[in-house]
Amino acid sequence: MALPETKQTTTEARLAALDFPKDAGWTRGAREAAEARLRRMGLPGPRDEYWRFTRPDTLVQATPPEAALFDAGEAGIFRSMDCLRIVFTDGVFDAAASDDLALAGVTIERLADAAETDIHWARDLYGVLEARGQDPVERPFAALNTMAATDGVILHATGRVEKPILLIYDHESTTSDAVLHHLVKVDADAEITLLETGPGAARFNTAMEVDVADTGSFHHVRAQGRDHERRAATHVFARLGAESRFKSFTMTANGVLTRNECVIELTGDDAIAHVAGAAMGDGDFHHDDTVFITHDAERCESRQVFKKVLRNGATGVFQGKILVKEGAQKTDGYQISQSLLLDGDSQFLAKPELEIYADDVVCSHGSTSGAIDEEALYYMRARGVPRPEATDLLTLAFLAEAVEEIEDEALREEVVEHLTGWLERRRG
Amino acid sequence: MLEIKNLHVELEEEDKAILKGVDLSVEAGRVHAIMGPNGSGKSTLSYVLSGRDGYEVTDGSAMLEGDDILGMEPEERAAAGLFLAFQYPVEIPGVGNMTFMRTALNAQRKARGEDEISASDFLKLVRAKATELQIDADMLKRPVNVGFSGGEKKRNEILQMAILEPKMCILDETDSGLDVDAMKLVAEGVNALRSQGRAFLVITHYQRLLDHIKPDVVHIMVDGRIVKSGGPELAQEVEKNGYADIMAEVA
Repeated sequence: MALPETKQTTTEARLAALDFPKDAGWTRGAREAAEARLRRMGLPGPRDEYWRFTRPDTLVQATPPEAALFDAGEAGIFRSMDCLRIVFTDGVFDAAASDDLALAGVTIERLADAAETDIHWARDLYGVLEARGQDPVERPFAALNTMAATDGVILHATGRVEKPILLIYDHESTTSDAVLHHLVKVDADAEITLLETGPGAARFNTAMEVDVADTGSFHHVRAQGRDHERRAATHVFARLGAESRFKSFTMTANGVLTRNECVIELTGDDAIAHVAGAAMGDGDFHHDDTVFITHDAERCESRQVFKKVLRNGATGVFQGKILVKEGAQKTDGYQISQSLLLDGDSQFLAKPELEIYADDVVCSHGSTSGAIDEEALYYMRARGVPRPEATDLLTLAFLAEAVEEIEDEALREEVVEHLTGWLERRRG
Repeated sequence: MLEIKNLHVELEEEDKAILKGVDLSVEAGRVHAIMGPNGSGKSTLSYVLSGRDGYEVTDGSAMLEGDDILGMEPEERAAAGLFLAFQYPVEIPGVGNMTFMRTALNAQRKARGEDEISASDFLKLVRAKATELQIDADMLKRPVNVGFSGGEKKRNEILQMAILEPKMCILDETDSGLDVDAMKLVAEGVNALRSQGRAFLVITHYQRLLDHIKPDVVHIMVDGRIVKSGGPELAQEVEKNGYADIMAEVA
């Protein structure tokens, strides 16, 4: 079917403005296939089912709106922790600021080096999970990413990786438009932790494809950048083997537009997938979590835990789906999305979906919007805790269920510290 | 210590008078009890003194050591030395009991211009007080009042009182929902805090709590007023004859 004319026009304009390596070695075939997918589906419009709550126009337009730089004046999250750091500034690898790409238990390469060879193991992964993730819900910005990524990291974990790998995304240009694509392959019994932090670019498109073999473990903790005017569309595609574990947590404070898509396939029995997010929005903030988890094996467990604190007109969106395929018996699926609305101007839009074709499963879901508990607030104030501090404590308590999805205690504390700092800076 | 004069209070939303001219003076070092039938305004008095929303003071005053507390925020009243032990302590999921108590103590100290207490000193303080009240480490670790039994919640209130060391303690039906043993434990906790510089106002339906916390003065509140005051024998009279006789007497 031909695309509607407006979609065709906007898609062509966006494609024409892209600048990416055409002669890209082993990624060439995947990039061409992605371009064909993208031309077929077109970039999203406001009437597309999965874009009704989030306006795609600033992500679609040929060049990004300007995004002023935010003077942090404080140390960024994770940066003082013992990690292997890999720095991208406006999507461009910064060798001087990065550590040597050498760490026991994992091989680290860059996507930008793909042009040097036509054969690479990652050819079986690049664009593969993204392409699988296009059905039944189209994700055009992910296809665009596979087609046009300029760099990214390629990680192959073969054992227990002793310390986290930290991807730092700095932002120095007010008009940068960056596209990064990461690949992660986790072998049997291997375990790796990947951290991400920073705004990345004025407009930032990331995709990560994660293939976890039987009994492998992947931990992902992400803090999306503080720049108020940045825009981001991110994608995580994961395929999980038997008895594997996948844990992903995202903290988002600020950002005029964030769309985080996460697409997970549980393909081996007894696998575990947890996806969680804590978002805090103040004012011109739009944050969208779109999650799709497919159970295609027995006795797998999935959890989606998303919490959003919104005020001064901020908007939160959650579109979460659990699909349990025929034969995926003893599935344990859980999904919760909640917002804490600190005033009457903010809104939370939620679309929970369950689609179940197996008859012996447990799937629960819930979605709520609420205000601060006035009874609890009064109790705390009557004990001497001033209203702003009491509100902060109750807000952190609201976010706790999501934050507790971070397994590592040091990382969890680092996240709580930054959430606390964010709240303190915004006390009314 | 606490000086209440001609206090008139209405419910904000219903335009309904609850307190209709309460006069009460509680001296430092003394324990006063307020008894009265359901709906007489006893709990309202405790809420208004602690600063809960939803009540409008239409006349009268309440002074704590000479300062008008009715114009203060709840947290300012707490820092000034007022403490209300809740009839229904509030559950706060996600906020640890220890964190809450330390935050409260440090906020009060800060408001009074004192130094904050260190984490290790606080731990010592809590451990000592908790042992006296038979509060175990698990209750300290759990979120505030979440999953606590009725007795545990009341003991947790007294623990907070012991840690915050207020000057003026109001106990709102602290005996409700307690069995005899739990009541004894709570009463012992309160008695341990009795001192020259501290005053208590014990609100209760029944005389039995007053067997354990011996009051100096007993007041009977009926329909938003204190209609009779006397010594501990007044509580026993209520226990024997109910409120009907007193209500008939003052009518």
